[in-house]
Parts: sequence; structure tokens; C-alpha cells
Amino acid sequence: MGWTQRITILLPYLWLLLFFLAPFLIVLKISFSEAAIAQPPYTPTWDSFQAVIDHLSNLDFYNYEFLFEDPLYVNSYLNSLRIAAISTVLTLLIGYPIAYGIARCGTAWRGALLALVILPFWTSFLIRVYSWIGILSAEGVLNGALIWIGITDEPFLFYPSEFAVFIGIVYSYLPFMILPLYATLEKLDPALLEASADLGARPVTAFLRVTLPLSLPGIFAGSFLVFIPAVGEFVIPELLGGSSTQMIGSTLYAEFFNNRDWPLASAVAVLLLMVLVVPIVIFQRYARPGGAA
Amino acid sequence: MKRGPGIALRIMMALGFAFLYAPIVILVIYSFNASKLVSVWGGWSLRWYESLFQNDQLLDALWVSLLVAAAASTLATVLGTMAGLTLARVPRFLGRTLFTGMVLAPLVMPEVITGLSLLLTFIAIGMDRGFLTLIIAHATFSMCYVAVVVQARLSGFDRSVEEAAADLGARPGTVFWRVTLPLIIPGIVAGWLLSFTLSLDDLVIASFTTGPGATTLPMKIFSAVRLGVTPEINAIATILIGLVATGTLVWSLALKRAMARRTQQG
Repeated sequence: MGWTQRITILLPYLWLLLFFLAPFLIVLKISFSEAAIAQPPYTPTWDSFQAVIDHLSNLDFYNYEFLFEDPLYVNSYLNSLRIAAISTVLTLLIGYPIAYGIARCGTAWRGALLALVILPFWTSFLIRVYSWIGILSAEGVLNGALIWIGITDEPFLFYPSEFAVFIGIVYSYLPFMILPLYATLEKLDPALLEASADLGARPVTAFLRVTLPLSLPGIFAGSFLVFIPAVGEFVIPELLGGSSTQMIGSTLYAEFFNNRDWPLASAVAVLLLMVLVVPIVIFQRYARPGGAA
Repeated sequence: MKRGPGIALRIMMALGFAFLYAPIVILVIYSFNASKLVSVWGGWSLRWYESLFQNDQLLDALWVSLLVAAAASTLATVLGTMAGLTLARVPRFLGRTLFTGMVLAPLVMPEVITGLSLLLTFIAIGMDRGFLTLIIAHATFSMCYVAVVVQARLSGFDRSVEEAAADLGARPGTVFWRVTLPLIIPGIVAGWLLSFTLSLDDLVIASFTTGPGATTLPMKIFSAVRLGVTPEINAIATILIGLVATGTLVWSLALKRAMARRTQQG
């Protein structure tokens, strides 16, 4: 191994160790400290190697006990998982027909349609979420249209609401669902569908028994890509959800910036990561370079 | 699949694309609204663009964002290309599994966790928060995207081209500059563009890792938007969308032309 190759490996490796792995260890450490009023607002409890040994025999689970005792935190965890799960299913239901349709188009159309799917991803995420406020708010475009048509006299309260959060997540993450779905659907051999038709299967049966099972890898990949970041989502619930839709990302943010309780915010982060570690590991196994995806 | 999509599928696709584009179109149209009220159409006007160009705070924030994005994406492209090369071309080294994990994990990591952990790290090592910490933070998550793009590009080519060059007497450095780099350059450019966009767009990680004097555009937009829809934000959003659309168009045309030239030569 030449020295250039060594540097090629070492430089990104050390960078990630310093700015990705070490930060987690620091969060873990601080989550076991007690909040203090001093700057920075925490009392480090592990100062030396000896202190680490002392500490391990007497870990301070205060912050974690607090998290489980206060229903605010438990509820916002469960709420995040529920909202992310529902949004993922909705994204799949909306994304699947689009991906399937693109895969059935001729090659000339496919490229253009895929570009249309990806293009919004390149425009600001924040702005795309924000654009829904103008549509969903009481004096927004949607209510204006509904009143104009005569469906309602009073504007609907679309925003802020949990419904608006669903729309925001589906809207923002739709490309992440469509692309992996398209990747598996495109590889589908049309001969399989012809064979099933020859054997007397109706299109619906062929879809349910052939296409759908064969596209499962895409369904899993897309669902993970939507679900995992959606659980920790901050911008969407903050902008589109009201005070009633508390998600864990907002809780962590508020704990850190408003209450300035760094150890508690760290404990929230550690628990959030533990909730997500199973789907992340499954996803990584799946998306490993050179692997199935 | 040769058969085109059926009529039901076509309708669903049309609705899907309408869903994707309607909010952006509405936003752009309303940025030209003369009325301050969102619901009332007061005729076409450029007044929000005029007031935008007198809003020094927003323009300063835009400048900060562009500077940070340029620096962070360049750093991310160097580190990410190295990581991508490593993933694609070095099958075995100590801690490869850990390395792969560290490259892939940031892609799905909730931003609040990345932001919080980086901030606590900067405090632990005694770095003042500002431009530098912001650039480091953005480079760290962007490099992983670059690595994945470069790795994907490289795995499309087998090693035989590089081996042939080496057999013909090219030294490793020459092989890299004359063979490998030209092969992966589209991936590197795409990675840089992606990093630039991600950095320009980031709100959460920036809120955690920045300090006084380095307020980015998304942070400014976010604090303005929390107070409700403002036509000025619509105007700056339209400008950003226009820039991205133009950039994407130019990039895809350049790519198409390059492809056409290659097929002509071949």
C-alpha cells in the first residue's frame, strides 16, 4: 500500500472519527451528567480515566429516569413514531403509482419524468415546506378555492395541524420513495408479466402476485429512507404542526435552546438514536456498497 | 415493460406530479402579488423584490450561506472523493466496516442529533462557533453524499482500465490523474453540486453549530416564517428556485452535449 493510498484512506477516516463518531461519544457522556446553571450548562462527570471507572460502577441515569417519568417525552417519542409510520405508508401509496408509471413509459419519457421527480429535491427543503403554509392556512389558496366553489363558508383548519405535517412529510420525502421503487420496477422482466397473462392471470392478479412481490426490495428501501429521517424531523412539525403535534426532534431542540438543559437534550438524542438504530442497521445492510441495492 | 401506462395510472401520475409542483408554482406566482395579504390577489407587482433588495439582513445572510456552501462543498468533495475511492477500490483494511458505517450513517441520521453532537464537540475542544464550525459541520455530512456518488460511479467501471494503464508503465499517480479521475469527474461534479445545495439548504445543523456573525439564509427565513407568510420570503424563495432550475438545466444540457460528443468520437 503506497503512501498516497494510505492518505486517501486515513484522511476521511480520521475526519469521520473526529467529527462523526467522537461527537456521539460526547453526547453519550453528557447525557449522564447533571444540568448546571454554569456555562456550558452541564457538569461533566467523567473527567479522567479513573473517573470513568468510578462512574461506570455508579452511572447517573437521572436524565433517563426523568425522560421516562414525564409523559411529555414518552408521548413525543410515540407521536414521532406514529406520525413517521403513517407518513411513510402515505408516501408509499402516492409514490408507487408514479414509480410504476415511469417504469412503464418508453425510454425517451423515463429520463424526463425522473428528472421531474428529482428537480424539487434540488430546491430548498425549507422553502418547499414553507410553501404549504400559503396553501393550507385559513386565508390560504386551498381554503380560498373551497370557499369560491361553495363547498364551505368557513375556512377549514388545515394549518397548523397534524394533517399538514403528514402532507409536509409526504411532499418532502416523495422523491426518496419513488427513486428506489423505480430502480426495482425498471429491472422487472416484462416476460414475467406476459407469462402470467398467458397463464390466465388478470392484470390485477398479475400485479399482486408478480409485480408487487418483486418490487419488495424497493418498497423496503424507500420506506426506510422516508421513515428514519421523518422520526427525527424538526422543520416540518415546527412549521406546519401546531403545539399539539409535538415530535421528538422539536422536543430536543426546545430542551436545548429554550430550556438550556444540555444533559437532558443529550439523553433525548441518545434515546432517539437507540429507537432508530434497528432500522438504520437494517438499511445499511441493505444499502451497503456492492450489496443488494 | 413496453406497454405504456394505462389511463388510471396516467391520471395518478398526473396528480402526483401536480402535487409535486403546485406548491412551488403557487409560491412563485404569489411572490409577484401586489397585495400583502396572501389570499387577496392585488395584481402583478415587483414590490417584494424591491423591498427584498433593500433588506440588508436577508442579503447578508444569503452571502454567508453562499460562502459557507462554497467552502464546505469543496472540502466535502475532496474528503468524499477520497472516501468513495477507498470504498470502491480498497477491499480490505483495518476497520473497513466501521468506515463504511460512518460513511453511510450520516445519510439517514436525524439532523437534530448531528447538530447537537457536533456542537457539544466544538465546545469540548474549545472551538469558537462561527464560520469555521459551520463549514466543518456541513462538510462532514456532505462528504458522505459525495462518497456514495463517487463510489457508485466507480463501481460502474471495472479495474481493468486502470490495470492496463499500470501494465503499460504508468505510475500510480499518473494512473489516477489520467485514467481514474476523468472517469469519475461527472460523479465529483455531481457530488459538489449536491453538497452545495445541501449546505445552502440546511437549517437545523446550522442553528446548532453556528455562532454570532454567521447567520445563514435558512435561519433568517425560518425565523421570519414562524411569524407567518411574508411576501418577501416568497420573493427570495422564487429567486433561489430560479437559480436552481437554471443551474440544473445548464448542467443537464452540458452533460447531454458531452455525451453526444463522446458518441460521435466513439
